[in-house]
Amino acid sequence: MAYDKFEILKSTGVPLNIDNIDTDQIIPARFLKATERKGFGDNLFRDWRYNSDGTAIDSFPLNNLNYKGKILVAGKNFGCGSSREHAVWAIYDYGFRAVVSSFFADIFKNNCLNIGVLPIQVSDSFLLEIFSQIDKNSESLFEVNLENQEFIIKELNKKEIFKISLYKKGNMSNGYDDIDYLLNKKEDISRFANKFIF
Amino acid sequence: MNSILKVICIFPFLLFACKSSKSDVNKDIENTPKVASDFTIAFGSCNKQNVENVLWDDIMQQKPKKMRINVDGELNDFVTPKDVALFIISKLSSSGATGYFVEYSGRVFKEMSMEGRMTVCNLSIEMGARGGMIAPDNKTYEYIKGKEYAPKEQEWDKALKYWSSLNTDEGAVFDKEYNFKGKDIEPMITYGTNPGMAIPISKSIPSSETSDSKNSYKKALDYMEFNEGDLMIGKKIDYVFLGSCTNGRIEDFRDFASLIKGKRKSDSVDAWLVPGSHKVLKSIRDEGILEILTDSGFKLREPGCSACLAMNDDKIPKGKYAVSTTNRNFEGRQGPGARTLLASPLVAAATAITGKITDPREII
Repeated sequence: MAYDKFEILKSTGVPLNIDNIDTDQIIPARFLKATERKGFGDNLFRDWRYNSDGTAIDSFPLNNLNYKGKILVAGKNFGCGSSREHAVWAIYDYGFRAVVSSFFADIFKNNCLNIGVLPIQVSDSFLLEIFSQIDKNSESLFEVNLENQEFIIKELNKKEIFKISLYKKGNMSNGYDDIDYLLNKKEDISRFANKFIF
Repeated sequence: MNSILKVICIFPFLLFACKSSKSDVNKDIENTPKVASDFTIAFGSCNKQNVENVLWDDIMQQKPKKMRINVDGELNDFVTPKDVALFIISKLSSSGATGYFVEYSGRVFKEMSMEGRMTVCNLSIEMGARGGMIAPDNKTYEYIKGKEYAPKEQEWDKALKYWSSLNTDEGAVFDKEYNFKGKDIEPMITYGTNPGMAIPISKSIPSSETSDSKNSYKKALDYMEFNEGDLMIGKKIDYVFLGSCTNGRIEDFRDFASLIKGKRKSDSVDAWLVPGSHKVLKSIRDEGILEILTDSGFKLREPGCSACLAMNDDKIPKGKYAVSTTNRNFEGRQGPGARTLLASPLVAAATAITGKITDPREII
């Protein structure tokens, strides 16, 4: 098991209402040289979060004590640019288990699904409702139900269904990445391969 | 730098997965989507997928949707493959090809050199695509023929026959198609913080009303300290960077040298000229380009990624403006607080001479 199983997530959300957030913002390249998958969360959104002297930039949502939780809510086309897997490692390491946006970059989304961060794509209008709900009350609770593929704004009792492939859904709920899955299928794969003479 | 994979040679119709969308797999290949310019299917993957590759010799992938981008007619003078790519990305936006694999077709790509095709395919990822490719033709085969690990003699004939059989069928259906005209493309430059924010160099920065994400648009202009309606031409530039997997090949250095020959580098500009590989460096020396560069006050740096992504010490200082031939102009991409303007080697050369954004067509 590569990460904790994803079941039902109830949490407040951290808003980042900016479109086209690229992976260089999520984790700048100078932090990619680590040899272990540890501590990337410290540098998540590094240059938006800290001044060059290391002091926190108060206006950035991650530094705002009103905002906390395991759900990151971001503008559309989240995760574009470099395919660096470290971006998702940083998000996971910081403590997020789900990212909500109205559009995700392709490789980023696949990395998320392999690392245990659930990418939840909602409509533009629903995303606006989530932002405005957090704006009204930063304590607002959201619920992610993977089984039913629902994202729920608890206070409004409003929900939207999100899409996820059956395969990835199974993996997320088991805490599997692709390798765990393949290792579990090792016998089947060998049996299949042995049927053929290459 | 980024990958343990050692790729020897890439042929048409191979499947090639690499950890990075832009990684420095091998200095003669330099980049993943770029590899696809000879119709290899190449795409960025991740560490986990590469483990799968090594463990299983196969990789799980979702079949991407198919897009074809057709650019017909001829290109204007001083318009390079980089301008073609920036033009397309500016039309489709930085997310316009997400979920797709792109085939580039039409006369413009047929007439483009292999290196130019690599530049275009390299930039596919900047509009969200998994990769880009261009149908192989005699130019492709000539490019591969005789390379160290290319098939030889009978094997070559067999390979050629096979490769020639796999082009896109006439009347093939794509999920999405775009058609552009070569003559509509001018030298391009970016003004914002993603590669889709590009305009013809002679134009002024569009109004935020043209953007569907006004907040992000304004944030980008604030970061760049530019205003809507500003003309790009004439803006002061501190750094010029020629290099990267996008434009660090010998043709890019030839282009750059052709423009600066007999002129002087502006004293107000720091110019970093970084060949993509040692092979490129060797050609620069062998072809006498080094002399032209030196005579004009330019120095070469060691081959590598250099200031493309601020991973090492080659960083553009905070607040400074850099015209770069690279692929990404994201906030801080070339160093915390650095401001990147993506452009072709010709625009970079013209700018290096004057110290401000300059249309290469104006340099005589």
